Amino acid sequence: MSLGNIFDIAGSGMTAQSLRLNTTASNIANAETASSSTETAYRARKPVFAAIQQSMLNPDQQGMAFASDEGPGAGVRVDGIVESDAELQMRYEPNHPAANEDGYVFYPNVNVVEEMADMMSSSRSFQMNVDVMNTAKSMMQRILTLGQQ
Amino acid sequence: MAISFDKALGIHQHALEARVKRGEVLANNLANADTPGFKARDVDFRAMLERAQQSVSGFNMERTHDAHMDTTPGGQDNELLYRVPHQPSVDGNTVETQQEQSRFMRNAMDYQASFQFLDGKFSGLKKALSGQ
Repeated sequence: MSLGNIFDIAGSGMTAQSLRLNTTASNIANAETASSSTETAYRARKPVFAAIQQSMLNPDQQGMAFASDEGPGAGVRVDGIVESDAELQMRYEPNHPAANEDGYVFYPNVNVVEEMADMMSSSRSFQMNVDVMNTAKSMMQRILTLGQQ
Repeated sequence: MAISFDKALGIHQHALEARVKRGEVLANNLANADTPGFKARDVDFRAMLERAQQSVSGFNMERTHDAHMDTTPGGQDNELLYRVPHQPSVDGNTVETQQEQSRFMRNAMDYQASFQFLDGKFSGLKKALSGQ
């Protein structure tokens, strides 16, 4: 029964969204982390999502429904995490312990407002995947009662 | 007289299967709601059911050569179609979350309905077998 696939798909969505939530948490936590050079400064991290195609998982099952085309897909995966190229904030704070010889410190390029919006979006998407999983669960429970009364 | 389950259950078993398949496609759309460049897809349910109906009624055109035209309704087997977005987004993603979610719920409800029919068929069979 391919209802199990829905669990896998929703599960992959939940994993991806929780990873996104993790990067957001890391970005917000490090929003005020000062550094003395551009190389060592923290940069905002973003996950890159990509769709998993079923044909990639089982290329030999040509006879199966959906396998001939690209298939209905098998969820989402995180291709990697990239660091933002946006400009770092350079502030003149000569009394800061991490200040360089010119008296400047470098603050991360984290946009806290953007991160908060991202956080809400990912938590909503997570909830949505949980809903999908719950629905699939009730569908599965229903099929177990077939012909019982 | 033999009881044929295929005849007794009719189209409902195929409908149930098609509902599960559609649920899978819609769940995938929802999981990829934040994937850049992802194109939302859906199955042509009517074509799927028509094919099932044909296989039940037994009137099928057989293809004896590769060059023969495909006469099954809706073209290729279980072809997935792409959705046309109402409001295209910048990153190329065509998933409209609310719509997909409502479709998923509706699909689950239709699944329940098909299930109810199937269950009715089974209880009818049971009644016939017990002879009450």
